[in-house]
Amino acid sequence: MSSIITIKNLCKAYQRGSETVNAVNNVSLEVEQGDIVAIVGPSGSGKTTLVNILGCLDNPTSGELWLNDKKIFEAGLSLSEKELTLIRRQYFGYIFQKFFLLPTLTIKENIMLPEVFGIKADISEQRAAEIMDLLGISHRAEHLPSELSGGEMQRVAIARALITNPKVLIADEPTGNLDTKRTEEIKNLLIDLNRKQGITIILVTHNPELAQIADKVLFMEDGKIKE
Amino acid sequence: MNLLTLAYKNLKRRKIRTGFTIIGIALSTWVLVTLLGFNKGYEQSLNKDIDAMGFQIVLTAKGCPYEAATLMLKGGTGLRYITESLFDDINKDMEVSAATPMLMHAEFDPYKGENGGTIVYLGVDNKTYPQMKSYFEFLAGNWFKNANAREVVLGYEAAELEQREIGDMMLLTGSEEEFTVVGILKRTGTQDDGMIFLPLKTLQEVFKKQNLLTMVGIQLQKEVNATAYEDKLYEIPDIQVVSMAQVKNTIISLVKSAKVIVFSIAFIAFLIAVFGVLNTVLMSVFERYQEIGILKSIGALPKHIFAMIWGETILLCSGGSIIGIVFSYLFADISENLARLFLPFAPNGSLIMLSPEIIITAFTAITLTGVLGGILPAIRAAHIRPLEAIRSDN
Ligand SMILES: Nc1ncnc2c1ncn2[C@@H]1O[C@H](COP(=O)(O)OP(=O)(O)OP(=O)(O)O)[C@@H](O)[C@H]1O
Ligand SMILES: [Mg+2]
Repeated sequence: MSSIITIKNLCKAYQRGSETVNAVNNVSLEVEQGDIVAIVGPSGSGKTTLVNILGCLDNPTSGELWLNDKKIFEAGLSLSEKELTLIRRQYFGYIFQKFFLLPTLTIKENIMLPEVFGIKADISEQRAAEIMDLLGISHRAEHLPSELSGGEMQRVAIARALITNPKVLIADEPTGNLDTKRTEEIKNLLIDLNRKQGITIILVTHNPELAQIADKVLFMEDGKIKE
Repeated sequence: MNLLTLAYKNLKRRKIRTGFTIIGIALSTWVLVTLLGFNKGYEQSLNKDIDAMGFQIVLTAKGCPYEAATLMLKGGTGLRYITESLFDDINKDMEVSAATPMLMHAEFDPYKGENGGTIVYLGVDNKTYPQMKSYFEFLAGNWFKNANAREVVLGYEAAELEQREIGDMMLLTGSEEEFTVVGILKRTGTQDDGMIFLPLKTLQEVFKKQNLLTMVGIQLQKEVNATAYEDKLYEIPDIQVVSMAQVKNTIISLVKSAKVIVFSIAFIAFLIAVFGVLNTVLMSVFERYQEIGILKSIGALPKHIFAMIWGETILLCSGGSIIGIVFSYLFADISENLARLFLPFAPNGSLIMLSPEIIITAFTAITLTGVLGGILPAIRAAHIRPLEAIRSDN
């Protein structure tokens, strides 16, 4: 089995007052290693909820989640926050619509931040330089985030996600705050990362053009996937 | 980069808030250091002052002021006398190791200062007095040559006021006679500085106080119980007994009540400062809810977040207390004057003594409080879940 993430009959329900909201409603899905998967759909359809569970940021209410052959979630099984963090460190890099860069750190320091948390893996000045090179932000290494444009900031966020060498990049509306030109740049970058580094990408987007790069596009509505 | 550097850079983000918090800590450190220093300095200075009196017990006639300062306030009146025979009796007591007779005399001098003032003469025995006041040092010259010499020794300030040097002649206000200045004392910081000393016999003769004394200074044998001897002295009629031990205890108990108040104020200041730090750090944790969530999503374990936030608290407290310690050295004079303002009695010499132990105690107390108090916001931050944080803005 070459699928890197597998979910079976996954549900996530929220209690809103007396009403139960099924944000993700019985979804099963396999993500193949090296694929780009795009999730599209109207606002409130459960896209963010779904990718957060795929990225082990959130627990499902019921159903199963596997990473390769390792079972991460099922009813009755719950991992500690520490175990989850260790899994996340090993598998995932995340980028969000907001960039969440630390304002008092330089770009290079922001990118190398995971090193502070004892993630040795491949983090080195050299790797940081390579990644900055790849993302075209080398000349910004010593700048502060406030001196950068939105597109540059998102690239820094991507660099920070890549420095730990994740197997899967989870991107929830990565271009939501960017104009067409910057969106185009990020789009090409994601294609590059996928082709050259073999990174699996799970992408949530409202932008049809960005969704085009996916090997597989999933359309979500009311917590369900309609292909 | 490590977690402490990260903590430091986080603090730089809100410079004004961080600054105020640090100033709060610095001020309370200043108060703490100063108080601890005061605790030490005050008693030392007081002991020194009292030892400087040279006598353990002073006898005066009942109701008679024994302080030159009081005498001046009263314009030189109010002196009463005891007889020399009483001194002879006391001198024979086995318990007494040394005794010295003194005669104080005050004269109004219309030319002193702008509106005139009181000049105080002290007639002392040229043998026993110098022995008891063995710590007196001369700027120039020495004591009188003999018991009837027409000579004066000037206290430091008296010499400055009269503008006299050794060998000068001076006319004593209230008499027609000229005296030779034979000695000028170094500053002692006590009332002796303003005094004009004469041989006892000479003073008695010039001002017609034959066989009269105003005071007797007494030193007891080492093994003698001072209180028991004082009780014996009380039996002599029309005599006032002033014991330095009593004076010291009275002052110390007066100061103690002042100290309690000041220490409570300091304690409150300290609490306010610590709560200020906790408030700052907690607030910054809430503000950075999302950011901390992101740190967790990029691999920070709870212990890392804990260490980062804890580090911020510790940096604030230790940084603030170092600044406070510097303050307390820089503004030692101001603290000293403030203390004098509030005290019922302030001895000469420095009231506030700073020492390495005090500095270390204050630094440790404040930093330790920060270390303990910082645990709460740090735990709070460590438990932030990445997801809640990322979502919390929608
Ligand atoms: N923490 C929560 N508590 C209660 N309800 C929630 C919570 N998070 C999400 N929901 C609800 O779950 C549903 C799915 O939300 P989700 O954010 O996954 O949608 P989305 O497809 O990402 O929408 P958008 O395109 O606007 O980002 C929504 O109805 C939302 O209100
Ligand atoms: Mg969403």
